[in-house]
Order: sequence, then C-alpha cells, then structure tokens
Amino acid sequence: MSSVCFYFQVHQPFRLRHYTVFDRSPRYFDEFKNASICRKVANKCYLPSNRLLLDVIRRLEGRFKISYSLTGVILEQFKKYCPEVMSTFDALAETGCVEFIGETYYHSLSFLYSPDEFIAQINKHTELIQQLYGQTPRVFRNTELIYSNSLAETIEKMGRFDAIITEGADHILGNRSSNFVYRPPNSEHMKLLLKNYSLSDDIAFRFSNRGWQEFPLTAEKFAKWINRVNGNGHCVNLFMDYETFGEHQWEDTGIFSFMSHLPQEILKHPDNCFMTPSEIIDSYDAVDVVDVPHIISWADIERDLSAWLGNPMQSGALHDVYKIEKLVKQTQNEELLADWRQLQTSDHFYYMCTKYFADGDVHKYFNPYESPYDSYINFMNVLSNLKERCSESFVNHNGQPLRKSS
Amino acid sequence: MKVFMLGWEFPPYISGGLGTACHGLTKAMNDLGMEVTFVVPKPIESNLSAHVKMLSPLQCRPLDSVPGKKATTELPDLKNVTIKTIGSPLEAYTTPQYYEQKIEELLKQRPNISDPSDDIEPAVEKWLRETDEQIEHIAHEHYGGDMYSEVHRYAASAVRLAIRENFDVIHAHDWMTYPAGIAVASVTGKPLVIHVHSTEFDRSGEHINQMIYDIERRGMHAASKIIAVSYLTRNIIITRYGVLGEKVEVVYNGVEQNGDGRTLPFNKIGIQSDEKIVLFLGRITMQKGPEYFLMAARKVLEEMDNVKFVMAGTGDMMHRIIEMAAQMGIGHKVLFTGFLRGKDVEKIYQMADLYVMPSVSEPFGIAPLEALNYDIPVLISKQSGVAEVLTHVLKVDFWDVNEMANKIIAVLKYPPLQLTLREHGNFEVRRLRWSGAAEKCGKVYQSILQKN
Repeated sequence: MSSVCFYFQVHQPFRLRHYTVFDRSPRYFDEFKNASICRKVANKCYLPSNRLLLDVIRRLEGRFKISYSLTGVILEQFKKYCPEVMSTFDALAETGCVEFIGETYYHSLSFLYSPDEFIAQINKHTELIQQLYGQTPRVFRNTELIYSNSLAETIEKMGRFDAIITEGADHILGNRSSNFVYRPPNSEHMKLLLKNYSLSDDIAFRFSNRGWQEFPLTAEKFAKWINRVNGNGHCVNLFMDYETFGEHQWEDTGIFSFMSHLPQEILKHPDNCFMTPSEIIDSYDAVDVVDVPHIISWADIERDLSAWLGNPMQSGALHDVYKIEKLVKQTQNEELLADWRQLQTSDHFYYMCTKYFADGDVHKYFNPYESPYDSYINFMNVLSNLKERCSESFVNHNGQPLRKSS
Repeated sequence: MKVFMLGWEFPPYISGGLGTACHGLTKAMNDLGMEVTFVVPKPIESNLSAHVKMLSPLQCRPLDSVPGKKATTELPDLKNVTIKTIGSPLEAYTTPQYYEQKIEELLKQRPNISDPSDDIEPAVEKWLRETDEQIEHIAHEHYGGDMYSEVHRYAASAVRLAIRENFDVIHAHDWMTYPAGIAVASVTGKPLVIHVHSTEFDRSGEHINQMIYDIERRGMHAASKIIAVSYLTRNIIITRYGVLGEKVEVVYNGVEQNGDGRTLPFNKIGIQSDEKIVLFLGRITMQKGPEYFLMAARKVLEEMDNVKFVMAGTGDMMHRIIEMAAQMGIGHKVLFTGFLRGKDVEKIYQMADLYVMPSVSEPFGIAPLEALNYDIPVLISKQSGVAEVLTHVLKVDFWDVNEMANKIIAVLKYPPLQLTLREHGNFEVRRLRWSGAAEKCGKVYQSILQKN
C-alpha cells in the first residue's frame, strides 16, 4: 500500500518598511508591499491552486486528500488584502478531504529561544484554525520543519498533538526509508511523519529544470515512481511550499496541469490512495525510533539552522528580540505584543543570511532587501524603536516612571 | 609577451589610485612572465612643478642623464619590468599642432623604411632635436607650462624610447598617455590598448574640459581594444565617447595583500577609548563627494556624540570643506590629516571603525579594497565601479545622506554588523587579486594579436 500524503506550507511574512535610525513612527510594516505581494501571489498561486485542488477533490469524489499549514500571519494577510482566498479555503475545508496542521502563529523560531512564547503561539494558532475551519489540529509542524528530540518532548507535553512533521534527512534516517511512520525516543504515543525529500523536490525544485535527466516530468512518470513504493513503504510524504504552484514553478511550466492529472494517475494503481496526516497516523504504526539529538530543518543542503543563525547579525538580532520578551509582556499592551511577535517571523532573519549572498539564489525570493546588511540594519532600527516604546509605556504623563508589575 | 606600457605615475611617488594600479598590475604581469617596459615622465627637480603632480621613482636621486636620454631602472621585485623615465623638464613646450604635423611627416616616410630601427630612428632623432630647440625657443617666449604640452612632450619622448625597444603591444594608462600611445602605435605599427581608469566625466561632472575629452576620445577610437575598470566606466565610454561595445573589455582592479596575509583583527576592541572613528580617505575634490560625507556626519552627530570623522587627503575643495564643517558647527568633530602615505595610511586604517567612500563618480575605487584588507568595514556609494565587485559592504546612493548616516550609525551601534562585515569582507577581498587582472589583460592582448 502507498498512501500519498500532500502537505502544503502557506506563508508570507509581514515585511518591514524602510526604517532608519531617525524614524520614530510606530508603524513598522510596509502595507503597500505586503498587500501587493500577497495579491500577486494570490493571483498566480493561491487562487488557481485552490480552485484546481477543489476541482480534483470533487472530481475524484473524496478519494483525493490534502493538508495545509496556514500560518496566522498569512491568514491575517488574506483577511486584509484578499478575502477571496479565504472563501476558497473555506470551500476546501468543507469537502472533508482537507486537514489543517498546527504550527506557531507567527512562523517563528521561538522554540529555540522561549518555550513559553512557543507554546503561546501554538495555542493562538490552534484557536484561529478552530474558529475558521472548525478543526483542532492533531498534527504539528514547526517553522521550517525545525525539529529535535526535545521539540517532540515539548509538543507531547502539550497533550494535544499525535504527530509531528519534519524533514526525512539522510543523517537521521541512516539507510531507513522516509516512507514509514516513526516515533521519537522515549515516547509511546507521538508519531513522526518524515518528508520524502527526493520525490517532494522533484516537484518543488526540479519540475521545470531542463538540465534534469527526468525532464519533462509527467503525471504518468511520477505515478510510476509512487507505485514503486508499494511493498517497501506505507506512505509517501510530499511536503512543499504552496508557492511551488504558480510562483516557484510558473504556470507555463505546466505545473498546474501536472497537478490536475497526477491524482487520477496515482489512483490507477489499486494499492495507492491519498491520506491526510491524521489518517496516516491512524492507519499505520510506528516502525522504529528516529533519534534526533541535534536540531534539523528542511533548509538548503545543510538541513540545519544556518539559514537563520549562520552569522553574528542573525544570532544577535534573534537574541535581542527574545531579550525584550519580559519587557514587552510587562507592558500588557496588545499592540506592542503584536508588533513584537511580528518581528519574530523567521523570514526577517532569513533575509540576513550571508550564506549564498554572493552567488544570488533562492534566498532572494520575495526578499525586499538589496543585501543582508540592509535587512539587519532595518530590523535593528525597528527593534530599537519597539524597545523604546515599551520603556516609555512605563512612564506616566508627568515623566515619572510607573512602578513595574512583576 | 612583451608590453610597452605608458604610465603617468608609479609608487612610491603617487597622487592617487593610478600609480597604485600600475604597480599592482605590472607586478602581477611580471609574475606571469610578461615582459613590461614601463615609461613614466621623469621631471627634473624643479620648484615650478606644483601645477602638476607627476613624479618618478628616480626623483630623489641625482640626475646624471642628459636631457632627452633615457634612464633605465630595474626594481628588485619586478624582474621583468623595466622602468624607463623620460628626462623631460616640466616646462616643456611643444604645441599639439606641431607634434601632430610631425607625426604625420614621419608616417609618410614609414612605408619606405624596411627596418624601422635603422632608418626611422635618425628621422625621429632629428624631429626631437628640433623639438628640443623649439622648446627652448618657446620657453623663453612665454612661461607657464601646461598639462597638454607636457602630455605631448611625453609622447615625443615615448616614441624615441619605443623605436629602440622590441615589444608586441602598447598599453597606455589614462588620457595623459593616450597621445603617446597613438604616436608609438603609428610609428611602430604595434596594436594599442588603452586602459581607462577614469574619464573626464568622472573628474569634472558635466563641466568637462573639451581638450581633455578630445584627447580621450581620440585615444579610444585609435585603440584596438579598450580596458575599462568597471561596467560603470564601460557604459560611459560607450555612451559618451561613441565607442562600440565590442571593443571595450572590463578588467577589475585588484588589491595587494598587506604583508603575508597578516590581518589586524579586533584591533580596536577594548584597546582604545570609546570614541568611534569614521574615515574618509581620498582626494578632497568634487568627484569624491566630501560634502556628502560632512552632511552625513552632521546627521550622525545628532544621534550620537562619541564619534569623530577623519578626512585624510588633500584637494581643491579642502578649504571649502573645512569651512563647511565649521559652518555646520561640527568643526571639532571633523579632523583633517592632509595627504597620507605608507605607514600613516596603515595607521589610520587601524584606528578606523568604518571607511566611507561617498564618491559622486568613481570608475573603480581601490581604497575600499585596501580598507577591507585591513579588516575595516566599508560603506561605498552605488556610483562606484567597485560596488560591482563587492557584496559584503554597505552601499548607498551618494546623495542620500540620510541613508548614509543611518548606515554609519548602524555600524557604530550594532557590533554584530561590524563583525559580519569584517569577517565576510576580508574573505571576499582575498579573491580580488591583481593576478586575475593581469591574466585578463593578457587575454585582451592575445585577442588583438590573433586578429592581426
């Protein structure tokens, strides 16, 4: 049996506006840029993809299943900039063939810095998903699939989740296959769904690469690869950014017609089916323990944190953000809290990455900055202002400091 | 490969980046086994030389050469490079018209001459003797040596040297040597490559000197190939001088490593006082944008106090800039050091927290590479050729003083920024070596020689 499990990541950050050290305004975000990027991506990707997948689900009468992880930040943007996308997700949710996955509301790296904040953001996200789609997420994915044994422990302690999604990195699996369900060490209950990065990347990265020996990739060919899993695997986890459809792979590459034909091709084999992550964990037992003492992610070839923590600017900025957690929370000011949390979105730190900067590459996608240095300067100027606003909120109108609540 | 190279200055006696570039390039060519004859004007010691800064390596030595006779130097570390200097008095006069007419006469004789070294030489010698006489004659008539005459005088002497030399290609650096390049090419029939380190538009903005422009244009059109120090300069050559793009190759400058790769890391941390130093190093002239540096400095000082701005260099705007600093009320925060050389340059780099090059128009700009070599973070204007090759630096439009100040403050205020810039910048600059530039020049020569 091969159960194909699609999970799409949907996220856009609130990008900062150009903010110099001389600015004093409490408005940090570039409304115009965020709106126009959101609308652009909606028209090229979210809307056509949602309609296409909805159509396939209806056509196959419920035999096609998919799952999404929508960040709180992108849902805020849809609501604000393109509500029509919201209604297509509603329609998808109503089919009963779509599962929504849990994550941090702000697509943050909070797990690495503040367990309290991490849990608070997961709860905030769960509430939003419940409110919008009437589902309580059972499966969790962390920002950029960042994962380790200790993350599994933290999530298990929350008591709400049954499984975690992460990267099927070679160095954690050894010679084992990602096409089975695994579990973390010292846990009876929690399960792990690992990304089949080879088949996922065939669609997400290689689909339109003319230098690839498998080019052009057809639905028939891909279905054959799925069929091969029969007999030596339970599930094929195809995890990718939703922007793959229409943005990373443009419409003229044929990606939409590929996706429209793929499900029926896969279902031609009687042993194949589609499942949501929850159905996978309900159907299959964990076959083995996967031990991940060191943190992994799905980024770049290193599969580590170097895209967000690779240089002193990134670690400095992250450290500075979480250093003011107490200060921000003491103000009990919702606006300040929201601004601080928006600054935690991992993209801000990704823009500061110097790793491949000189060569120019994927890291440039939707990057509003000319250089990682510019992004750091901008971010730090905003953070300095936020810090000042927090401190000022403790000062009353006579300029006297108020007694801080502890 | 034998190269007959025409230059205007050579270290240690230099007034700017041209001499540094010529030294770096010839040294790398030497290492690649190319033979270079480098011709520089050699002014005799004169107190009348203030109007033009052109110095030669032999300036300090007693002069024994008869005027008009070549002097040859071989530098110990440049085995294949011969430096030839021309014993030309700075007050040398010959009108361009006279010179051009003479070249034409020589060219008319050329087809009849089979072996140039035998037959053309007397003709040239005759011409130069006449020129010498003429010089003396004119010199008595009116005083006031001008650059143009000097340029043509240099050309005449270069021709005299060239006839006795054996070489494959002529390589002329910047407009002062273009007439010499054209003359040598005409007489010897060898291909001419001109190397554009800067154009009249960089030096003078839109208010160009027509005479210099004409010399540049003639040089560019006479050359078989043009080497530009950046795409910025290549664009100027194509759009302003009407040269076909296919003729212009870009060869970026390099930087010579200081010492044996020895760096000066963390030289500031914890050692000196808490006063930060922001450095401007270059000629204080319109092209280098000193006023934008001051305007940014004023904005920086509105935000923070513990910072000094050091302006190292001299130039025609020096007095204006000093006055401007005083008028802005930041005079006590801006220090002027005058022109710095050698050890002093090293010292000032070691003290600086940030190097700023706010150039209005900079064909390349070697100084930022030197700063990076000394582990100093760098902020450069986007209107510079070096911005095309450096990624681990801060960039700003020269007119955007607000953003310039914003970035200066960021470097001084956020230590991780300085650390990352240093780390990556120093690594990046190690890849920009003169050997790469010399190799590319070699390829340019090859391409011409194959065509001929």
